[in-house]
Amino acid sequence: MPVKVENLTHIYMKDSVFEHVAIDNISFEIQDGEFIGLIGHTGSGKSTLIQHLNGLLKPSSGKVFIDGEELGSKEVQMKKIRQKVGLVFQYPEYQLFEETVYKDVAFGPRNLGLSEDEVDARVRKAIELVGLDFDSVSNVSPFELSGGQKRRVAIAGVLAMEPKVLILDEPAAGLDPKGRDDILRGFKRLHETQKITVVLVSHSMEDIANLVDKVLVMNKGKIAYFDTPRNVFGEAETLEKIGLGVPQMTYLVRELRKKGYPIADCINIDEAKNELLKLFKR
Amino acid sequence: MIKDITIGQYIPGDTAVHNLDPRIKIIITFVFITLLFLVGNYFSYLYIIAFMGLAIGLSKISLKFIAKGLKPLIVIIVLTVILNAFMTQGEVIYRIWGLSITKEGLYQAGFMGLRLIFLITGASLLTLTTSPIALTDGIEKLLNPLKRIGVPAHELAMMMTIALRFIPTLLEETDKIMKAQMARGADFETGNLINRARAMVPLLVPLFISAFRRADELALAMEARCYRGGEKRTRMKQLKLEFRDYSAMMIIAVFCFLVIWSR
Repeated sequence: MPVKVENLTHIYMKDSVFEHVAIDNISFEIQDGEFIGLIGHTGSGKSTLIQHLNGLLKPSSGKVFIDGEELGSKEVQMKKIRQKVGLVFQYPEYQLFEETVYKDVAFGPRNLGLSEDEVDARVRKAIELVGLDFDSVSNVSPFELSGGQKRRVAIAGVLAMEPKVLILDEPAAGLDPKGRDDILRGFKRLHETQKITVVLVSHSMEDIANLVDKVLVMNKGKIAYFDTPRNVFGEAETLEKIGLGVPQMTYLVRELRKKGYPIADCINIDEAKNELLKLFKR
Repeated sequence: MIKDITIGQYIPGDTAVHNLDPRIKIIITFVFITLLFLVGNYFSYLYIIAFMGLAIGLSKISLKFIAKGLKPLIVIIVLTVILNAFMTQGEVIYRIWGLSITKEGLYQAGFMGLRLIFLITGASLLTLTTSPIALTDGIEKLLNPLKRIGVPAHELAMMMTIALRFIPTLLEETDKIMKAQMARGADFETGNLINRARAMVPLLVPLFISAFRRADELALAMEARCYRGGEKRTRMKQLKLEFRDYSAMMIIAVFCFLVIWSR
């Protein structure tokens, strides 16, 4: 089920002194099962864009299609769209509200009107998917958990909707290195086993290079690039100009090449390791 | 939807009204409101209109904004007018469903309606032209004499400043949590009253938690910078009366005289 965006424009506070064009006439398409990275400087329109993909924001002009259905048209039920497109906001742990982890994760599926058996099955599955032990956390209050665990519970709350497209707005922000790794690896596994489409918003070029198939680069409400990480990170100068960067390893290899070593472009540690070993063996 | 609320909003500007000492502005607003209750006949309203016109004109705030501030209170105004029109005893001029509109009632209704409209416009002009900081500064200074009888003027002003400061933050937070819950299929817009009230739980619980967390963090940040109530604090901007403040006082005094004289 592809996501298709056509000539999307979004203007905040239209016709007032505070008018601000957040998204400026963009079009793109995401295919089924793709893992997309979304990067851009603060205020480049990323958050505005992802809120259009499940109809939380309505376009000022242009169209958004999910599975060929146009959002905002009368025949399309918003609840169905929000089930298909799961959106995990930044710091999702601040949305927890129930007495127990179980009830909180069940909030989404219950809103879908599923049977209690189905809800139960989904809650179990979602809690296991985020790497928590169902029996030990399900009856605990979410507010007693640690920061990283709260984050997982909140993400499980969205996964329990069983979305086909999962949008993650900086899911690893504010976590410790191990928590980061665990959570990101979890998404990769989810993408591979459940065959869901993932859109990951991140400020870490390393994470993007390691995880995604394609990178969508936003700049001032427009798309700067939409290509494979390798091609995008080949444009280091332009990326830096728009307030972004490239992975550390890319910088390292570029410096080496400037010094006269014949070495190919790399975007992650494994590639850099192989290239460096090749260099030594010569 | 939430962002449409204009009551208490401040529109920055550099006009005579904006630059007036906040203490004087608060006093003038109170005098003006008192004056509204002293108005004895329709003719006196001409002076009130003249004064409001002068103030709004000088402040360069568009009438559209002032009208927007009246909108949420329109129900109260209409209700007042209707009640006055029907409930006043006197010469009957029209009957409907056993109720009667009297001549005196119409007179009274128009009177009350105008009073309410000017009351709201006057008060909103104060907040529209005074930044929250200046406003609380002014209130604190005006309350200062009451310190002797144990009114914690500085603390009250500080609480007001903080409350005002956090209104936009909490609105933003509400918007964010609402969207997050809507992404999980929550529905805030349909259903009967009970269902809607129940739908607020997923919004209110996180909102309260976050408000308490923010309060906690703010208190800690203030303590870390050794904040201590009002004792011997100095200000960056000292309030000082200037020529325009004295002129403003003269103007309101003249209007007071005119209104009372024309009773």
